[in-house]
Amino acid sequence: MIDWPLVSVIIFLPLIGALIILFIKEDELTSINIKWAALLATLGTFILSLILWLQFDYSNPSYQYEEKFRWFDDFNFFYHVGVDGISLFMILLSTFLTPLCILASWNNIKKRVKEYMLSFLFLETVMIGMFTSIDILLFYIFFEAVLIPMYLIIGIWGGNRRIYASFKFFLYTLLGSVLMLIAIIVMYRNTSSMSIDFLQGNYFSYNTQLFLWLAFFASFAVKIPMWPFHTWLPDAHVEAPTAGSVILAGVLLKMGGYGFIRFSLGMLPEATEFFIPLIMTLSIVAIVYTSLVALAQTDIKKLIAYSSVAHMGIVTIGIFLVNQQGLEGAMMQMISHGLVSAALFLCIGVIYDRMHTREIEFYGGLVQRMPLYATVFMIFMLGSVGLPGTSGFIGEFLVIVGAFKFSSYVVIGAAFGIILSAVYMLYLYKRIIFGTITNNKLADILDINTREKIILIPLAISVILLGIFPNLFLDPMRLSLELIITNYEIANAK
Amino acid sequence: MLNNIYNIFFIPEIFLACSSFVCLLFGLFLKKNAFRQTSNLAVFVLLLTILLVYYDSESNFANYKSLFSHSSFINFFKILALLGSIASIIISKDYFLGIKLKNFEIPVLFLFSTLGMMLMIASNNLMSMYLAIELQSLSLYVAAAIKRDSISSAESGVKYFILGALSSGILLYGFSLIYGFTGSMNFDDISFYLSKYDNLNLGLIFGLVFVMVGLAFKVSAVPFHMWTPDVYEGAPNSITGFFAIVPKIAAVALIYRFCLVPFENFYLEWSQIILFLSIASMFLGAIAAIAQSNIKRLLAYSSIGHIGYILIALVAANDDGIKAASIYMFSYMIMNVAIFAILLSLKVKNEYLININDLKGLSKSNPIVSLSISIIMLSMAGIPPFIGFFGKFYVFIAAIEQELYVLSVLGVLASVISAFYYLRIIKIMYFDESKSEGIINFQISFQSKIILSLSLFLIICFIFYPSLLINISATLTI
Repeated sequence: MIDWPLVSVIIFLPLIGALIILFIKEDELTSINIKWAALLATLGTFILSLILWLQFDYSNPSYQYEEKFRWFDDFNFFYHVGVDGISLFMILLSTFLTPLCILASWNNIKKRVKEYMLSFLFLETVMIGMFTSIDILLFYIFFEAVLIPMYLIIGIWGGNRRIYASFKFFLYTLLGSVLMLIAIIVMYRNTSSMSIDFLQGNYFSYNTQLFLWLAFFASFAVKIPMWPFHTWLPDAHVEAPTAGSVILAGVLLKMGGYGFIRFSLGMLPEATEFFIPLIMTLSIVAIVYTSLVALAQTDIKKLIAYSSVAHMGIVTIGIFLVNQQGLEGAMMQMISHGLVSAALFLCIGVIYDRMHTREIEFYGGLVQRMPLYATVFMIFMLGSVGLPGTSGFIGEFLVIVGAFKFSSYVVIGAAFGIILSAVYMLYLYKRIIFGTITNNKLADILDINTREKIILIPLAISVILLGIFPNLFLDPMRLSLELIITNYEIANAK
Repeated sequence: MLNNIYNIFFIPEIFLACSSFVCLLFGLFLKKNAFRQTSNLAVFVLLLTILLVYYDSESNFANYKSLFSHSSFINFFKILALLGSIASIIISKDYFLGIKLKNFEIPVLFLFSTLGMMLMIASNNLMSMYLAIELQSLSLYVAAAIKRDSISSAESGVKYFILGALSSGILLYGFSLIYGFTGSMNFDDISFYLSKYDNLNLGLIFGLVFVMVGLAFKVSAVPFHMWTPDVYEGAPNSITGFFAIVPKIAAVALIYRFCLVPFENFYLEWSQIILFLSIASMFLGAIAAIAQSNIKRLLAYSSIGHIGYILIALVAANDDGIKAASIYMFSYMIMNVAIFAILLSLKVKNEYLININDLKGLSKSNPIVSLSISIIMLSMAGIPPFIGFFGKFYVFIAAIEQELYVLSVLGVLASVISAFYYLRIIKIMYFDESKSEGIINFQISFQSKIILSLSLFLIICFIFYPSLLINISATLTI
């Protein structure tokens, strides 16, 4: 095994890159150096995180690569990081998407390149830090620190209503997460431990669990987001720059799902059992309602944003089925959505960079001028719909299989949502790509260039890879998920 | 053992009192550069006083022990007040020279006020407490009105004086009631007398309420906060800096000691008052600050909000509460020192910055300064990973230890509201487009730069080694 602190290096490498960038003086000539420095730092992080995957021990359900140092002398707070099957792919998702984000903003970010790259590198550090934390306080600090760079990314480089969107994003998510802070302190008071690993059990009385569960729910439901707490998401997505939307959809939404698995399922099993009907209802409403809303959108980004809420509805159903298929499906759906929605936002970015509009009406017949673009877009569109052979299928299929064990009403709701997702995605695709070019401005639009190919093709490959070899991803996480389910069943069998 | 009478001069308060007179004479006889030299001397004196406090042994001459108490909590807050005082003298020096306010009395007034605060923190007797408060306040009244040719400064001085005198009167009335019903002025004697009873009689309750009102005025807790924004706004910026940084430390220590020493057994009686003050301060501080366009008024409301959080820890009234108060006060002082060090060096069109909207475009013309302001603002809002978060975190730990769940939830909700106006400052600096660039310039003296960098370092790096402060604060006893 590896005898150097791999996880800490992965967490702090982007931050070191940020510190280096901080000392590069920015002007017309050096801004390219800043971009390269940021790209190298994020690529380095990605390569290191691949080592994490290659050296991962599939037969160990608990944390690996653990590092633990005393942090506070008066309480049992530790700098305690590690990776298990659940967090492994979340980390890989973060490290995979960030270099793509840097590449995607290579040319279209012209003002304040330095601050932009600093924000992204800081964001990467806190994202990875959050997924690797085994100490809850550490987790919380990273969880909230995510708001700072994201607030700046939306607010500085965003669209016209960026200020409104950035404030809404910040305050909405802050409101959710401060309640989690109270819950964390209550947990600490009851158990004198902040270790996520230790607290994976059933340590709280039933009534305490209910309150703690609601507090955690407040923060994760806003983050993931669940209907009716989703209203910040379309605003944030529409106003954020392309790379901001990519990270937002690709990684930040997964923080909610990750939190549900770790905290609600792992630590508060009895309360989870009590609240399952609530989650299922909200999720089905989310799937059906936001799919219908997506159908009516005229802005492409907003459409994808609403589709994210619907896809996350599938994830929450999968998580709260609390069986092997459901959880695996939810994890797969999260990974798949991380790749697919990120790719879709990047695709929108491609045409937005050329035409500076996201109105669906404006486009049409792009296949005539951009055949390659139409092909990649189709792969991602089908991934989003959940066509067999793409990543989206595995997640949705597993969740629906799991849902049959729970209730056929849930299955009907989820399946209806999936049909609707096919409707709005295919309809979107038809309007943008097919037909003849009616708008003269599109007459000399160029197909994707090399940089965009470098961004989109790895994503397309991984979407298909995930669809054909799901076991590549399911094997490492299986035992960790089983452990959570076993704990859950023991707690509720009492 | 005090065999030698000269040892008296090594008692920090007496040393500071004597040195303040020396400073006064020094300034008086100096012809040139009186202000600058006196300031330097004042800083030196305060540094020596810190050393004396740090190496302090029990001092027990004459009546000293019955008038003033001695504990680690007291020493911690004394050092905090002295540090704040030093920082604010250093960062305000250039400002005073810039607005041609070169009275050498200013550092001397700060010294006397600091002396009053040290006595306030240590006082163990109603009489010494009152005198200390008066010494502290009188110096501050004069300081607020020091810019004699400015109407706003005079107004703020008079406002502060009238309201301060009123609150002192109420305080004194409360003292007389407590003295009348318990027969003693000494905190320990009062505590001993009260321990014989299960509940307070009506006269004592009135006394307690009056004293609480007076103290709430001194810490500027809602609804006795009205003077704060006006005085902050009217006084010269550097005086405002001193107001924001130092007197709050002493007043908070005093309110803690007053509640937890003589009345420790009557938690139910005073905690209701503090509970109300705390909730009202948090919410009013958060909501009223949103509408402010004057940075000094905004910081006034922000300090009112911070007082609300410190009072949560007082309601908790346990060891964690004392720890939380010391950590929170430390972070509060550091953040205020940092923000005032910046404000006192920022000039817009050759005028010192007042209006928040003048910060527009700062992120382009001066990226480091705007980054620093953003970090301070996020820290004040309690966003991790900065020091302000840990202050709030410890406050909530204390509150939950005492099972004050509703209060904690209200506290975090207020912190979300207050995040809005802190973010607004970042928004103005970063998000708003400015057409007029280069009108803001930032000139900072070397000494202030050290203070600023040090406090920013503490704000950012506290997370890496929190134990340094936390181990100290864990050992504090009231």
